[in-house]
Amino acid sequence: MTYITKPQLHHPKLAENALGYTRRDYEGSVSTLCAGCGHDSISAAIIQACYELDLPPHRIAKLSGIGCSSKTPDYFLGNSHGFNTVHGRMPSVLTGANLANRDLIYLGVSGDGDSASIGLGQFAHSIRRGVNMLYIVENNGVYGLTKGQFSATSDKGSKSKKGVINHDAGIDLVSLALQMGATFVARSFSGDKAQLVPLIKAALSHRGAAFIDCVSPCVQFNNHAGSTKSYDYVREHNEAVNRMDLIPHRDAITVDYAPGETVPVTQHDGSVLQLHKLAAHYDPSDRIGALAYLQSRQALGEIVTGLLFLDPEARDLHENLGTVSAPLNTLTERELTPGAAALAKLNASLR
Amino acid sequence: MQRTSTEGPDYFHKVVDCQWACPAHTPVPEYIRLIAEGRYTDAYMVTWKSNVFPGILGRTCDRPCEPACRRGRVEDEPVAICRLKRVAADNKGDIADRLPVPVAASNGKRVALVGAGPASLTVARDLAPLGYELTLFDGETKSGGMIRSQIPRFRLPEEVIDEEVGYITGLGMEVRLGERVGSLKALMDEGYDAVFVGSGAPRGRDLDLPGRQEAAANIHIGIDWLSNVSFEHVNSIGKRVIVLGGGNTAMDCCRTSRRLGGEDVKVIVRSGFEEMKASAWEKEDAIHEDIPILNFLVPKEFTHQDGKLTGVVFEKVRPEYDDSGRRKLVHAGEPDQHFECDDVLIAVGQENAFPWIERNIGLEFDEWGMPQVNPLTFQSTAPSVFFGGDAAFGPKNIIWAVAHGHDAAISIDKHCNGEDVAIRPAPMTTLISQKMGIHEWSYDNDPANDGRYKVPQRDKADALKDVRLEVELGFAREMAYRETQRCLNCDVQTVFAEPACIECDACVDICPTDCITFTENGDEDDLRGRLKAPATNVEQALYVSDVLPTGRVMVKDEDVCLHCGLCAERCPTGAWDMQKFLLEMTHAGGSCR
Ligand SMILES: Cc1cc2nc3c(=O)[nH]c(=O)nc-3n(C[C@H](O)[C@H](O)[C@H](O)COP(=O)(O)OP(=O)(O)OC[C@H]3O[C@@H](n4cnc5c(N)ncnc54)[C@H](O)[C@@H]3O)c2cc1C
Ligand SMILES: Cc1ncc(C[n+]2csc(CCOP(=O)(O)OP(=O)(O)O)c2C)c(N)n1
Ligand code: SF4
Ligand code: SF4
Ligand code: SF4
Ligand SMILES: [Mg+2]
Repeated sequence: MTYITKPQLHHPKLAENALGYTRRDYEGSVSTLCAGCGHDSISAAIIQACYELDLPPHRIAKLSGIGCSSKTPDYFLGNSHGFNTVHGRMPSVLTGANLANRDLIYLGVSGDGDSASIGLGQFAHSIRRGVNMLYIVENNGVYGLTKGQFSATSDKGSKSKKGVINHDAGIDLVSLALQMGATFVARSFSGDKAQLVPLIKAALSHRGAAFIDCVSPCVQFNNHAGSTKSYDYVREHNEAVNRMDLIPHRDAITVDYAPGETVPVTQHDGSVLQLHKLAAHYDPSDRIGALAYLQSRQALGEIVTGLLFLDPEARDLHENLGTVSAPLNTLTERELTPGAAALAKLNASLR
Repeated sequence: MQRTSTEGPDYFHKVVDCQWACPAHTPVPEYIRLIAEGRYTDAYMVTWKSNVFPGILGRTCDRPCEPACRRGRVEDEPVAICRLKRVAADNKGDIADRLPVPVAASNGKRVALVGAGPASLTVARDLAPLGYELTLFDGETKSGGMIRSQIPRFRLPEEVIDEEVGYITGLGMEVRLGERVGSLKALMDEGYDAVFVGSGAPRGRDLDLPGRQEAAANIHIGIDWLSNVSFEHVNSIGKRVIVLGGGNTAMDCCRTSRRLGGEDVKVIVRSGFEEMKASAWEKEDAIHEDIPILNFLVPKEFTHQDGKLTGVVFEKVRPEYDDSGRRKLVHAGEPDQHFECDDVLIAVGQENAFPWIERNIGLEFDEWGMPQVNPLTFQSTAPSVFFGGDAAFGPKNIIWAVAHGHDAAISIDKHCNGEDVAIRPAPMTTLISQKMGIHEWSYDNDPANDGRYKVPQRDKADALKDVRLEVELGFAREMAYRETQRCLNCDVQTVFAEPACIECDACVDICPTDCITFTENGDEDDLRGRLKAPATNVEQALYVSDVLPTGRVMVKDEDVCLHCGLCAERCPTGAWDMQKFLLEMTHAGGSCR
């Protein structure tokens, strides 16, 4: 690698957010991925979203598994916490971290290999437990890091770079997340930041398990004719059901949309999602309807994108477990060992 | 917008802000890279070819390139372009074998050059190698024009002038010093094929105020006084000196005074400090030498006693702006102020004077007494007489004189060959990919984050002792190297090839200065408002592609591009390439005819 580090010099009009940071302050080190990799665009979208949300970098924890996608946390949020775990194990490490310190914002970054093959079980369980996180899969249909083998999300019938046809059924992570009870589910495309950035912002503001399946072309091994995850294929088959803006709670809603086409959804933290319908009858509050819609469109070869499901009243793992509101890692010996009298009282209550 | 056409010499040239702004279009980034490589002699020759006086200009140039420098738009200060030129001059080796060889045989054409300033010397340098028989006249006993007579030695040592003037006179020409041309008609009657007038703007303006005559012995015209100092006819001045005027001449007068015995030296100007004509760095240097600059004071009267100057009376004024924003100086309502002094130097402007040019020889003058000169060809209304430098359009500076000289030389050469002077030769340009490997370029694409380095100066106490002692010490090699690394290599162009682009956004994401946007096309105003970073500097072009497969266009705002090549490194398909655009002006000679 002979990349130069990205020069510190920046545009003289680069704006600062409410914390006094510029977008460039949310960058990480220069990417070592192949030039043109979709994953780099997702990193740029994450940077943009965190900047726009005024998130303090030191309050974010990024966790990932193994793969080109899982390498990306090195390339954004250079001043945040990071943990590059082992293959397919990001969800359990993230769950543990979240249990220990509920105050951080958790960003799980994974690939289709990392989450749909070796990590499928961990993926499913972290979602069904309602861990408060954004779980993002950078989905390119191959194991990019190990040179382009089909992954489990590869569509049946799609062709490898060498010309081999994939005969196995593809796993649709969006459908799986819906079934597992994810309370925020979206799909997007690395090549469409106008759609992706607001989705990331909304997902980061969501309390509960938020999942984004982001189709992200692997320029090196899966960007040829016959692939269903190439730039050209995704652009041709992308069917967005809605567009979205996130209005942070402190800003008054000033934009007026034509009635009927726009649904405002207030989230738990008070922020408002303005959903502009593109597909007339799509209702993102209907989990079963969403599943059916996805199946029917997928059968037609379409890639449905947008905010697919949202439960704004979601509960998360801590609420379900009834943990104290203080992060567990801040509890001291005094609170953790309340003494013999307290133990006796507890024992008595169980007799 | 239409797809940007990069054909022809102008589009990419304009991206090289410094070169575009330089009147002689010196290939600045090219010589800066050569300095960085330690190839001082090569750097010197690149510069010598275009601006003729690298050592002189590297110390004295008005540097129109620096305010234009892109670096000044991405951080506080531009690259020290001017002083880097001096580094090439200071560190070069012997250049004798790189200079044009004096031609043995004449081409049979004779050209007279009036004045031996930078304009005439440039004409001489361009024409001598073509075989012209040149005769160079100057009323002074040394050549160099105002470079020699006006610019003080503490800014420009004599050896540097001797050396660089010598390279030109060494090309073979008759140099007739101490010979003032008294009649253009008589000169033309000697049968020259062409005459070049490079006689400068030699007359300093006077101030006709009460007391001017009575106190004349201690009131001096700035430029006359400076040339008397340069030619060592004057070597002292009173202890208390007032310099009137706010231009560069005033700055040279006050700093020279400090070295000739002036202890209490003041500059007093009519205008505000900010509007003074002197360059910021000249004011800085004067202030550094303990010379106060007092503003909004209009001189009213010279006071004197027993035929000796005692001081100057000033009226205090303040600026007032009318509706159109025009400034007027009005009485400030304060009592007049009297400043005592022993000598006054008047530096309130310079004028042209052509007493030696007859008005009945077909050479037309305008209502202000200036010759009518074609601004492209430098030809006067007398077809064989050409003008350049300060003589053509009033006082400017050395680099403009050089630029005029090159253009006039082309015209003279065409004129002497019976060709149409209006047809101008195109510059020579090349555009060459710098790609060496996937992430390797044949230029150093990593811009340094350093701020501008300051040229070290001689200790003030020593500097003020001797008017011939150079103040600036010049960059040492190591510091010069670091300064070169601030250059953004603006001549290495970002060249976009639509057919290769797959619209992956990689270039947009990596660009450190948010130059690149893929968006729906629109007219220029509309596009400028909705790029990734608003493109508010309308002086700088938008580079717009053809429509791409998604229906969008690629728009690159050239304004603050660092030429770091990261877009090209991150592009998977080579749709971006970094290509060096080298432009060299065509000078007089066969290739331009
Ligand atoms: C005090 C001062 C400081 C300056 N400092 C700078 C500076 O730092 N940087 C910069 O770029 N510019 C500077 N300038 C401006 C610069 O010196 C001139 O713009 C430049 O020298 C003009 O060049 P030229 O060839 O047109 O004429 P000049 O340099 O003026 O040369 C004209 C020559 O013609 C001769 N001459 C005139 N009439 C006749 C005649 N009839 N017969 C024979 N010879 C004749 C004169 O003796 C003179 O030598 C300064 C000017 C002054 C006054
Ligand atoms: C336990 C284990 N098994 C296998 C591997 C080899 N391996 C590394 S990355 C990878 C697949 C990554 O695919 P994906 O998550 O889709 O990432 P991509 O590179 O495509 O972004 C595999 C199988 C490993 N590192 N560890
Ligand atoms: S191999 Fe594919 S996924 Fe990995 S960096 Fe290269 S393009 Fe991206
Ligand atoms: S060279 Fe490319 S990446 Fe670098 S600043 Fe210019 S446009 Fe941006
Ligand atoms: S990196 Fe190359 S292929 Fe990708 S958008 Fe930019 S120019 Fe096009
Ligand atoms: Mg993958």
